[in-house]
Amino acid sequence: MKRRRFDLAAVPGKAAREVDDRLQVNTPLRSLLNKVFPDHWSFLLGEIALFSFIVLLLTGVYLTLFFEPSLREVTYDGSYRPLQGTHMSAAYATSLDISFDIRGGLVMRQMHHWAALLFMASIIVHMMRIFFTGAFRKPREINWMIGYLLFWVGFLAGFTGYSLPDDGLSGTGLRIASGIMLSIPVIGTWVTSAIFAGEFPGEIIISRFFIAHVLLIPALLVGLISAHLGLVFKQKHTQWPGPGRTNSNVVGERMFPRYALKQGGFFMIVFGVIALLGGLVQINPIWLFGPYEAGVVSAASQPDWYVMFLDGSTRLMPPWEINIPIGDGYVIPPLFWPTVVLPGILTMVPLFYPFIEARLNKDREIHNLLQRPRDVPGRTALGVMAVSFWLVLTLSGANDVIADKFFISLNAMTWAGRIGLIIVPPIAYYVTYRICLGLQQHDREVLAHGVETGIIRRLPNGQFVEVHQPLGRTDEHGHSELEYVGWVVPKKMNRLGALGPAIRGFFYPIEKPAEAPVSPGHPPVEPRPERQEISSGDRR
Amino acid sequence: MTSDTPGGDRSRGLLSRLRRARSRPRGKARRRLGAAVRLLAALTLAGGAYTVFAPGLSAQDTPQLTSAAQEGKALFDTSCVSCHGRNAQGVEGRGPSLIGVGAASVEFQVSTGRMPLTRQEAQAEEKPPVFNADQTTQLSQYVQELGGGPQLPEGDNLHRDGDVAEGGRLFRINCSSCHTFGGGGGALSSGKFAPDIKSADDRQIYAAMLTGPQNMPVFGDNQLRPEQKADIIAYVQQTLAEDRDPGGFNLGRLGPATEGVAIFLVGIVALVFAALWIAGKS
Repeated sequence: MKRRRFDLAAVPGKAAREVDDRLQVNTPLRSLLNKVFPDHWSFLLGEIALFSFIVLLLTGVYLTLFFEPSLREVTYDGSYRPLQGTHMSAAYATSLDISFDIRGGLVMRQMHHWAALLFMASIIVHMMRIFFTGAFRKPREINWMIGYLLFWVGFLAGFTGYSLPDDGLSGTGLRIASGIMLSIPVIGTWVTSAIFAGEFPGEIIISRFFIAHVLLIPALLVGLISAHLGLVFKQKHTQWPGPGRTNSNVVGERMFPRYALKQGGFFMIVFGVIALLGGLVQINPIWLFGPYEAGVVSAASQPDWYVMFLDGSTRLMPPWEINIPIGDGYVIPPLFWPTVVLPGILTMVPLFYPFIEARLNKDREIHNLLQRPRDVPGRTALGVMAVSFWLVLTLSGANDVIADKFFISLNAMTWAGRIGLIIVPPIAYYVTYRICLGLQQHDREVLAHGVETGIIRRLPNGQFVEVHQPLGRTDEHGHSELEYVGWVVPKKMNRLGALGPAIRGFFYPIEKPAEAPVSPGHPPVEPRPERQEISSGDRR
Repeated sequence: MTSDTPGGDRSRGLLSRLRRARSRPRGKARRRLGAAVRLLAALTLAGGAYTVFAPGLSAQDTPQLTSAAQEGKALFDTSCVSCHGRNAQGVEGRGPSLIGVGAASVEFQVSTGRMPLTRQEAQAEEKPPVFNADQTTQLSQYVQELGGGPQLPEGDNLHRDGDVAEGGRLFRINCSSCHTFGGGGGALSSGKFAPDIKSADDRQIYAAMLTGPQNMPVFGDNQLRPEQKADIIAYVQQTLAEDRDPGGFNLGRLGPATEGVAIFLVGIVALVFAALWIAGKS
């Protein structure tokens, strides 16, 4: 019997046909793999959040294998000597075990925490990109809302996770949270009793937070992230305006292979950065905080950075109590305003911002092209104003550390925060608005007069002028009539003719620049003859 | 004529007056003088007996200083007297009285360089000490002999028998609310602060607890027993001062504030550059 020849090259095709015969996935897969994504670095910021969420899931699963979410009192007998014999909750003892006695536990814990900080940070940076480029406009308002909710659900995930180890810092945070809940008029005491099953701290809060942290909130996050990505798929990605790009097409790379490969590589980089941070930089040293005791509050007790603005607003709030003379008197504590009312406003106004802006501008169009921040100075300035407001609050949240390390009076820091909270945002608005107008004007000037060449010419009357290279056909005054299309205007001579830099490559040129052509009428230049040293005597 | 009232002849001493009185014939004046002498003797006896039975409360007008204290007094009179005044009685608006503060307080303030003060401000800064160890001991001895006060135990290693775990518990309850969980120090109101304690030696920590310098409360032996103080020093020296952070670089042990800065300056910056690089490859 003759042996059949085995054709290796035909295997993938044959296998694919076999699969398609059974599953009929050929047509949908083709459109999926050929889906085009526009390419710009700022479109990758959201992916940082997605990838750090994957790292969070992976490391979090590892941690749950060893963590006991219980307030049962135990005596620590692990290998960390400065806590041996100390009474503590089982939650704290197992967190210490994860840190000191379980192989790879500490690096997993640190990676989990760094990934959480990165998740929230990249959400903020991604959201700023969406805001400043107007990517939230119709038809993408729903996705803006989902993304915004993702921030707040991530906030809850962070807070519950921060509370789980039951160390001194997390107990202090939990105490503050219970105080915030208590400050809500009428329902405050009921809410607190319901959540803590009685008085703070009770005996069940860690178990409840655990199930919220490992099941309910991640499920919500997965659901919201799926909806977020599904909508990006369905509505297609926005793109920058530019040559060949219109409101009704998408110019970019196919999903497979280039885009998928790039994303896979980017995932590896995100994972690597988190792993490096987790392995090299210590985060949340719970063994120094000690077990939570109501009487122990360390200085520099701060929440993680994404909650710090609420801490700051609490620190800046003057002690204004409102006494309502009903019955025996009813008090609304000052804590209510910075920690319940302020986040309430901060949740609701940005959530509906796309609709608010569309309504103010009477804008009912569908927008698939992005706007450069300078072209919408009002929105850009508003965004910078919000960021500066947030920054003042966040810095005030760490004002004791800043005061101590930079030798400033803490009282001065508090007053600087109070005054800054009122005057910095309007100044930021005004400055940003003027910068945007200035950048616009410069773009228009280059379009009208051309690029500065750096060549200075002296006129017969002695005046010096700089020669400009017009970008297009000019009229008799030397002005070109070019339309601004909402994309980068070349400002330097070596950027003419190409939107990217003339020499491509990030660290080193990926292609050799072409040799400069030699003019045909010009004789080739001979290299200079080698000079010989004139010596005084005979050469050896 | 000589006056018999004690205030009349200030230029001469009591003895000379007695001698003179003896040389005169007995009379009214002499009887009165005898009464005065008896009164004086009775007072001296009563005062002397009181001094014997309550030695701790003695307030000598001209104390007999030991030689070390005399050296200390010489240093005091050149370097400290302008604020703390003659005989360390204090100067209104400049420096407090040092009578009764004890050797422990002097050792803490001088050996950490806080005294002599550079200028009047919210709080004395730690700086390289002006006096060496011998001079510090002499100054301490002088102030101790002026009016007593708390003293440190002997020896440089005061935490030999300390229990680190118990010390950690006591540290978190008593110290961390100002000095932070990591001992790196923290802010107090109006420019005052709790300093970094990781660089302090055993005697300085003990002295600080015993005397409560500046804004620190006093942890006398009723609040923290000497063995509890040893526990705390053991925790500070063996756990906090030795920079053995199992998690890697500790970011100054300042808690979530520096962690938040790190995630933006390291994490976000690195990944934005990565994004620029990946998107640039097309």
